[in-house]
Amino acid sequence: MKSKTSIWDGNFIYVIIAIVVGFLVGAILLVSAGIDPGLTYSTLFQGVFSEPKYIVYSFVYAAPYIMTGLSVAFSFKTGVFNIGAEGQFVVGSLAAVLVGIFGNMPPVIHAIVCFIAAAAAGAAWGAIVGLMKIKRGINEVLSYIMFNWIAYYLSNYVVMHSGVKAKSIEATKDIKDSASTVIQGLIPATGCPKVNSGFFIATIAAIVLWFVIKKTTFGYQLRAVGLSKTASEYGGISSSKIFMVSMALSGMLAGIGGAIQTLGMAGRISQFSGQESFGFDGITVALIGGTNPIGCIFAGLFYGAMKYGGNKLTLVNAPKEIVNIIMGTIIFFIAISLLLKRIIKGVQQKKLDKAKELTAAKEA
Amino acid sequence: MNGFVNVFGLILNGMLISTPPLLLAALGSVFSEKSGVVNIGIEGMMTIGAYVGAVGAYFTHNGWVGFLLGGIAGMIFGLLHAFACVTCGADQTIAGTAINFIGPGLALFLCKSMFDNSSDTPSLPTEYKLPKLFNGVFKSGSFGYNVLGTYSAVWLSFILVAVIWFVFYKTRFGMRLRAAGEHPEACETLGVNVFKVRYACVLLSGFLAGLGGAFVTLATVSQFRPTVIVGQGFIAIAAVIFGKFTPQGAFLGCLLFGLCNGLKSVLSAMGSSVSPNILSMIPYVVTILVLILFVGSGRVPAANGKPYIKSK
Repeated sequence: MKSKTSIWDGNFIYVIIAIVVGFLVGAILLVSAGIDPGLTYSTLFQGVFSEPKYIVYSFVYAAPYIMTGLSVAFSFKTGVFNIGAEGQFVVGSLAAVLVGIFGNMPPVIHAIVCFIAAAAAGAAWGAIVGLMKIKRGINEVLSYIMFNWIAYYLSNYVVMHSGVKAKSIEATKDIKDSASTVIQGLIPATGCPKVNSGFFIATIAAIVLWFVIKKTTFGYQLRAVGLSKTASEYGGISSSKIFMVSMALSGMLAGIGGAIQTLGMAGRISQFSGQESFGFDGITVALIGGTNPIGCIFAGLFYGAMKYGGNKLTLVNAPKEIVNIIMGTIIFFIAISLLLKRIIKGVQQKKLDKAKELTAAKEA
Repeated sequence: MNGFVNVFGLILNGMLISTPPLLLAALGSVFSEKSGVVNIGIEGMMTIGAYVGAVGAYFTHNGWVGFLLGGIAGMIFGLLHAFACVTCGADQTIAGTAINFIGPGLALFLCKSMFDNSSDTPSLPTEYKLPKLFNGVFKSGSFGYNVLGTYSAVWLSFILVAVIWFVFYKTRFGMRLRAAGEHPEACETLGVNVFKVRYACVLLSGFLAGLGGAFVTLATVSQFRPTVIVGQGFIAIAAVIFGKFTPQGAFLGCLLFGLCNGLKSVLSAMGSSVSPNILSMIPYVVTILVLILFVGSGRVPAANGKPYIKSK
């Protein structure tokens, strides 16, 4: 029998359903808090779409989230849960900002060196955890969490260090203009003073990653280890080596995300008063994107736009936390979509059975 | 000599105050993980517990009622997690991540809609907070005041370790929950309802995490603020992995962490020349060192993270 592939077989439709439900749940909450959901949502959407500048801002906001999303998605391929993207992002930002402040190089090259430093720092932060996992069998989730906080305090230490700190504010000095990734030529056209190369870098990274995972031997080995460590060892793949390389690469991606954010947006790092959560939000982006690198681009855009638009909710006195609740509900419904899938499959099967019965009855 | 004893008392005081939230959440996490459900949502459950605890005490004027309400709020989120992970067979990491968004998001949303757009709840007067022991018996600043006179909920959380150890290793329920996390299929053949066991454990984990969050707002600080929990849920998970998924091991992990915290605050209060940021790293660095030098690898419950789907 010819089997049609229905839209209910894929994952995309469930993501869309989850997004709709997320906004519905958000609306219910807003109503119960006495806030007009129509006004809130229109502010949110106008905040993203009503001016070209806003759309560009959403892309700028999205870039670091795409990178941390890629970092987490990539780690999932080997069955590692990179909850440490947060710390890798932080050390990446730190390395980028330090090279940006103290390096003396011509434009473009300076920025590239900043990116290399950030990538190396993020990779090192991931590799230490990988080393502890391989050499001492220490659960990576535990060490990732520890290294997130070590990165956090390390960053605060460096930011407040006398040679690095700016005079009147609790932040580092500004990076040199030569290290900035802001594209000056695009500012007049877009009206966005922060328009930068981050989104392009993130997109290229996503495509490269997709290629590596799908089309190379290394990618094959990654997926093999992710599916079964013992089976792949039996097939001659050294799982320790694969873990090491993939955990370092995952850290590198998050580190680059940190460079995108600092070189393109603030141009400095402020003292943290709480974790900034770029890495944790990367988990969300990876999950909405179905842990597919290309999916992460769109999930990151969605997330960046929601974050950016959410900032404008204060204008109508709606708590911007509604965005987090909506995002959480979306992830929750993506998580339970398996059940929905089973139910729909069951209904389809029943229909099929009925049709069969009917034809059987006719023939008889 | 007396000075030394008092400083020691201060360090212990720091330890006693900072351990219970982690410990309660970690004990909850042990329940969930041992029964085979990864609960990364502990952080979100703690945050909602912290908020509801503070608000509960604010309206009922009773710290204990607030504490309990915080636990119940966490339990409701536990129910969400259980529904996703047990009934729907969802990916447990995804469901937990969702909880970590919804919990803090909802806490702040409710706070802003109830308290005139403020992200903090009103500060609680001392008599609405959780009570301290031996009020007025010891001189302020003395060893007895700092150690014995601390919040009674601290000792309660320590007693709970023994109770939960007993439940785990000496009761039928404990045996069943450990079996559900190792080999659910075998468990089911022997007539144990794996769904029920896992539901119970995830609900308990939410309840305990909620209590842990409420301890922060009702003892450590006296209000809910956006930053009261940040990260403590994850530290609790770390303590559980550190303790190799046993209640007593998690207890040691939390104590170690608490002790480092106490040491850190005393050192920075005494005006140490070392940067406070470096001092703040102590708990994390020590944990890593202890792991590398003494603890090594632990074994995760075999069926942890795997949804159990009944075969028809």
